[in-house]
Amino acid sequence: MGKTIAEKVLASHTGLDCSTGEIVVASVDFCMSQDGTSTMMIRELESLGFKVPKTKNGMTIVIDHNSPCPSVDVAKIHTRIRDFAKVNGIPLHDVGEGICHQLVPESGKVLPGDLVVGADSHTCTYGALNACSTGLGSADVAAAAYTGKLWFKVPETYSIVVNGKMPRRVSAKDLVLDVIGSLTADGATYKSTEFVSETIDAMSMDGRFTIANMAVEMGAKFCPFEFDFKTAEWLSSRGLGSGAKVMSDHDATFEKRFDFDASDLVPKVAKPHAVDNVVDASVLAGTEIHQAFLGTCTNGRLSDLEAAAKLLKGKRVKSGVRLIVAPASRAVLAEAIDGGVYSALLKAGAVIVAPGCGPCVGTHAGIPGDGENVISTANRNFKGRMGNNKDVGIYLGSPETIAASALTGRITDPREV
Amino acid sequence: MNVKLTGSAHRFSQNDDINTDYIISGRYKFKIDDMNELAKHVMEDISPDFAAKVHKGDFIVAGRNFGCGSSREQAPRALKAAGVSAVIARSYARIFYRSCFNVGLPLVECDTEWIKDGVVLTVDLDTGEVADPKTGMKVQAKPIPKTMQILLHDGGLIPHLKRHGDFALR
Repeated sequence: MGKTIAEKVLASHTGLDCSTGEIVVASVDFCMSQDGTSTMMIRELESLGFKVPKTKNGMTIVIDHNSPCPSVDVAKIHTRIRDFAKVNGIPLHDVGEGICHQLVPESGKVLPGDLVVGADSHTCTYGALNACSTGLGSADVAAAAYTGKLWFKVPETYSIVVNGKMPRRVSAKDLVLDVIGSLTADGATYKSTEFVSETIDAMSMDGRFTIANMAVEMGAKFCPFEFDFKTAEWLSSRGLGSGAKVMSDHDATFEKRFDFDASDLVPKVAKPHAVDNVVDASVLAGTEIHQAFLGTCTNGRLSDLEAAAKLLKGKRVKSGVRLIVAPASRAVLAEAIDGGVYSALLKAGAVIVAPGCGPCVGTHAGIPGDGENVISTANRNFKGRMGNNKDVGIYLGSPETIAASALTGRITDPREV
Repeated sequence: MNVKLTGSAHRFSQNDDINTDYIISGRYKFKIDDMNELAKHVMEDISPDFAAKVHKGDFIVAGRNFGCGSSREQAPRALKAAGVSAVIARSYARIFYRSCFNVGLPLVECDTEWIKDGVVLTVDLDTGEVADPKTGMKVQAKPIPKTMQILLHDGGLIPHLKRHGDFALR
């Protein structure tokens, strides 16, 4: 009987023949936490008498959610994290370096075939690198760091088959919103999801990161992509290792199969206050926006900034609209400066904030006012998510849709500008 | 731990997909590290008076996909600190599900449509019976998986590791 990527990765990390539904204790290659989840992990590790991480490739902590620090209360938490990292020799990515889910892949700590856990729900992002990675609570990540392993239920896998050429100004974000809208917020709970076929083969690595990132928004545990020449090139161009690629067998058992046609896909938007509340962007034409946000672990990569800059170059955002940009990492920011993207965004009227999570989680750098609408490239639009629950509407879309909407001051299908 | 629980049911205007941002907002969880302080803001975005209303031993009752979204462990910890003795819902999101048992907050999985806001319920974690003694209504919850029972019995994941020195989940 053939195996899926999830079954094979768990098998290679247990030495067992893993079948779906089984509870196994598997060795973990790497683990991470961020400034919003680290203090609980640190308390648990200290209570266990932690000395060094037993995970094969160690661990890291990233200060990205409140970066740079916005308040005295948060400063205390950051100091606690820095002290712990220093005393225990844990690599720390401090303010301004970028978002955990960009820095971990850039650092080469996650490679094809790896099993990775992180105290952040969007840890599933690394699936783009043909790895099995998943978000967990702080106690689980502490247990992984302390013992070098963790228990897992071997998940069933959904095959999400996407064929057809993506139309102009339609992107991976539109595709994943379409899939989430169709499967719903708990449509893939506990499952591993494998996005495959010609649209995915033709997709950039950045696009695959965007999709893997949002798999948790339909409840998925893992979202491993197949390994191909693009995965290899992404790793080798950064001087990173190549890992041990894992592919699903042709006769693997997929619990369900979903088919999508990308050739008739149109720009999509998730309306307040749920990620699966997805409609065509054109349906919302005329909805006034006050703030546009480009960034996050979903869409803060260079190609996302480039896609927005292409629409904004030589123009100005609509008077009264605040366009906020947070590059995913310092490396992304440097490339944006070198390639002229930074200048195009700045001259169009963008406020470019430090690499990191920016205003996504509502702690700083762009909290909306009462009654305002925000269009954002983020992955969540829950009520109050951006720090204000007083009648604020958060709409999620692609970088192209955010840029087009910033130009008009209304939610705008990017094919119309 | 106590396996026979009694408390009032708290329902919200939203039934399905109650996410961890709603359980404890990022406005608070990023700057407050004390769970008793966080407990004062639990459920605030969808039920501003919840923290004032909830009593020790009470239950949260919801529909599908409770605890979806962010992995923040502050969500189960703050619920526990607020006095919630168990959550009763039709289904749970994966990360939240693990974290609750990791911190010793039991989750009960069953049909919840029959449960009215404010009624007093009894929950037997051993037999899985959820009952409203006043009306005599009762349902049988899905059995708590053995792995989760072991974690709950040991008081959570870290106490489990301290007790056994390793994972002892069989």
